[in-house]
Amino acid sequence: MAVKVTMPKLSDTMTEGVIVKWIKKEGDNIEAGDVIAEAESDKATMELEAFDAGILKKIIVKEGGKVPVNGTIAVIAESDEDISGLLKELKSAPQKPHVEEVSTKEVESTTIASAPVVDNTPQDEILTRDSIRIKASPLARKMAAEKNLDMRKISGSGPGGRIIKRDVETVLAESGVKPSLKPSGPAVIPAGGEDVPLSTMRESIAKTMVLSKQTTPHFYLTTEIDMDKVVETRLAINAIQSGIKISYNDIIVKAVAVTLKKHPRVNGSFAGDKLVLHGRVDIGIAVALDDGLITPVIRNCETKSLGQIAIEIRESAKKAKDRKLKPDEYTNATFNISNLGMYDIDQFTAIITPPQAAVLAVGVVQKKPVVKDDEIVIGHRVRVTLSCDHRIVDGATGALFLKDLKKLLENPLGLML
Amino acid sequence: MQKKKLVEMYRMMLLIRRFEERAAQMYGMQKITGFCHLYIGQEAVGVGAIAALRPDDYFISAYRDHGHILAKGTDPKPVMAELFGKATGISKGKGGSMHLFDVEKGYMGGHGIVAGQIPLATGMGFAIKYKKEDKVVVCSFGEGAVHQGSFHESLNLAKLWKLPVIYLIENNRYGMGTPLERASAIWDLSQKAESYDMARATVDGMDVLKVYDVVAEAADRARKNGEPTLIEARTYRFRGHSMSDPVHSHYRTKEEVEEQKKKDPLIIIKDKLLKDKVLTPATVKELEAEIKKIVLESADFAENSPVPPLEAVYEDVYAP
Amino acid sequence: MPVLTFREALNQAMAEEMERDPNVYLMGEEVGYYNGAYKVSQGLMERFGPERVIDTPIAELGFAGVGVGSAMVGLRPIIEMMTFNFSILALDQIFNNAAKLRYMSGGQFQIPIVFRGPGGAAHGLGAQHSQCLDPWFCNVPGLKVVAPSVPADGKGLLKSAIRDNNPVIFIESEVAYGFKGEVPEGEFLVPLGVGEVKREGKDVTIVAWSKMIHVALDAANALAEEGIQAEVIDPRTLRPLDEQILITSVEKTNRCVIVEEGWPYAGVGAEIAHRINMHAFDHLDAPVLRISSKDVPMPYALNLEKDVMPNAQKVVAAVKKVLYI
Repeated sequence: MAVKVTMPKLSDTMTEGVIVKWIKKEGDNIEAGDVIAEAESDKATMELEAFDAGILKKIIVKEGGKVPVNGTIAVIAESDEDISGLLKELKSAPQKPHVEEVSTKEVESTTIASAPVVDNTPQDEILTRDSIRIKASPLARKMAAEKNLDMRKISGSGPGGRIIKRDVETVLAESGVKPSLKPSGPAVIPAGGEDVPLSTMRESIAKTMVLSKQTTPHFYLTTEIDMDKVVETRLAINAIQSGIKISYNDIIVKAVAVTLKKHPRVNGSFAGDKLVLHGRVDIGIAVALDDGLITPVIRNCETKSLGQIAIEIRESAKKAKDRKLKPDEYTNATFNISNLGMYDIDQFTAIITPPQAAVLAVGVVQKKPVVKDDEIVIGHRVRVTLSCDHRIVDGATGALFLKDLKKLLENPLGLML
Repeated sequence: MQKKKLVEMYRMMLLIRRFEERAAQMYGMQKITGFCHLYIGQEAVGVGAIAALRPDDYFISAYRDHGHILAKGTDPKPVMAELFGKATGISKGKGGSMHLFDVEKGYMGGHGIVAGQIPLATGMGFAIKYKKEDKVVVCSFGEGAVHQGSFHESLNLAKLWKLPVIYLIENNRYGMGTPLERASAIWDLSQKAESYDMARATVDGMDVLKVYDVVAEAADRARKNGEPTLIEARTYRFRGHSMSDPVHSHYRTKEEVEEQKKKDPLIIIKDKLLKDKVLTPATVKELEAEIKKIVLESADFAENSPVPPLEAVYEDVYAP
Repeated sequence: MPVLTFREALNQAMAEEMERDPNVYLMGEEVGYYNGAYKVSQGLMERFGPERVIDTPIAELGFAGVGVGSAMVGLRPIIEMMTFNFSILALDQIFNNAAKLRYMSGGQFQIPIVFRGPGGAAHGLGAQHSQCLDPWFCNVPGLKVVAPSVPADGKGLLKSAIRDNNPVIFIESEVAYGFKGEVPEGEFLVPLGVGEVKREGKDVTIVAWSKMIHVALDAANALAEEGIQAEVIDPRTLRPLDEQILITSVEKTNRCVIVEEGWPYAGVGAEIAHRINMHAFDHLDAPVLRISSKDVPMPYALNLEKDVMPNAQKVVAAVKKVLYI
């Protein structure tokens, strides 16, 4: 029996997905569990598995095409089965907004790059999508990537509209940038300005942040923490040569986890008619990407050693940069930490990601003159700001949390307990 | 002939027989794979010929080569290990049954293409002459090889240039499943030497002493006068063409094989040495026990040796 | 520096190496009394005697095997194939013995042997005498394959080939034997596996070897008149291949045309294109193109023969294609 393959919900905020790549092609034999395609949700690129066996009879959404969650992307059927009725039905009820029928001719063509581009899904996020949809020589592609040029804005003068080196050079010359193969300078924007289509990730960030700022009553608490002992402790740990290098952020994450355990409301959620207090401490760590950010989650932080946390943060940050995170690896955190210390930011306020109760914004650990035993000496300080949802966390609740966090970081031996 | 030499020839034939019987068993246990051609029935030819040579003379043969390398004096252990495809094999596990080599002992292989080794033997003869040495080369091949061009090209060159090469046809009557009479226009194969005005001989290949005599005479001629010889040794293989071929099927009958086994070269020499009191039943027993131990040790050695490391795959493609 | 013909340069290389090492000898059809079918061995028999310059009957399989057998026991033969067309008769000895004996024996042998002679087409010799077998030999591990383009390389590479401890297929060109060039005197070695930039340029890389270098250089001169600077690379040894010189050039020019005399299907050019694809993909601004002989046996009629072979016009057209002009 013919089965429709639909776009699954790959993250809890996902409303539509983009087919990045078909792994199987029409006519291929499919076993249940086979990876048939890669799809992009608002957060990451994921593999789609088939749940039914049969022949991949028809690809409905071609590479680059966008489809709502549960929209049909392909049909799997028996080899001798007639699916024309089903196809007719699908055609008569087109799936909004971005589905297109793929002509047989395109499917037969082995050069994916020659398929005409119909929809206008943003393409600057993921290189593989560029390579599928824009014809360019490898060199032109590389040069454009290094200069952050949008390949769609370059007209190709090679055979069949292929973008070649001289096309990229022309664009660079017009924008006054010297062509070079050296690592990139600033993005080149034409004098008249330009419109950049939204990536799915950018759309998602925009939606979530607006929702949060409009519906969550934020207030902010800032404190300065003496980091002298953390600096010493970190040096001592890293001198052990265990193979694991600990960062300030790792120590802060561990300290926050321990402190959250004592302050369940800061680790909770306001759920309309009730407060939800979580038994676990799952901390999301914001990781910046080229265009956006993602928060891989370190689960059950309160039970993990500092070393373990350090390793997990390292691994998940790499996965995030490689866009390999699965939805369950970046959703359902109970608390987020955003650290802009590496950008030399003293202090800042972060926006809460609903339904969390709070988010901690961490600045740079810096040397400054401090008074100790009535003498001015050089000390290490960091400024942290807790953004709180006033519906569940009151001023004093947040302040007590920060007080305990400060105490712990100023005597980091407590972390060993 | 010295008593010691006679015993040594018998002992070597016995070693080859028992070694190959064990190899056949190991093949059945899948310790040995691929093509594995047994020499059983033909031992008198290789042993008699090599006994007639000096240790520094060269011997080169085809793929039915286990007997030849053992007769040339190679330790059975690395030979069995090679059949097992082990790192300790004589060819480091990269040659296998058909490609045994022991350059130190003058055993020059171990060649898988029918008649491919005949020009090589001719080239060694050329080198001996070029370097003004007094070695000789014995090149063994089956009767199936005499129809190849390389055989004829080689015989012509050897006679033309007076090279010290003895071309030894081990006529076991069947090229795989094709009997000589269906493959050759003539029955008396050494006749082919006449075309090249080359010395020739025909010998009973089941009698090691007769083979010894004929090869000794040819070696003398080669060493002294640089004259090649073509010898046909008439022998018989008791086993199938290779381990994966039947002993008898459409191409020969069971009765024929049983009849031939009455002329087992091992029995012929044993009976003679017993009759001449060179051996006694007791010494035969002792020899059997000694050989059995050697063969078992070789199988144990092969079994317990490591397989070649994967990094060896790129070794020895090129010489430095 | 003295100016020699290609055949004189090769002759000099053999004479010097035979002088240097008594184990080096030359064997082949007509190499001795006749002084060589193409006079490459001119005077060598007179100089070194018939023991070291050996005429053979017409028996390529036999004397190729004699060469390999003698190399197994310490000699260093140079086996002349009157033309490489006849080497086809000897392939069993070259592929199955020369190339494999070392490996099969677990390193017990080295086979220092050179098979040399002219390959490729001359003029009007028809299909069986006009073929380029470079890729056949290049395909076999255990062999080295050399294809010199100019007299100096001919000398330097042949001397290296004779001293190499492996079987070397040394493919010359009948039509190039009369080409002249400066050749250093005495000890002059060109290492195997090292290519050379025959002409520098920045706009396109043309890879060619053996007599196709001259086609490539003609094309480069024609292109220069139009302001296009072609870089001409001669790998000189086809196995092992100097990958780096190819990649370095393509990284500079971003485009590549390969000129080979052989047939297109599974040719050496296909391998070179693959290596460039593997190692310089991000530097390519156009697909790598190949100019080869047409995919037919060589016809006799001169107009057809000319049509089948690569020439400068075909190379110029390919270069313009990769330059998108």
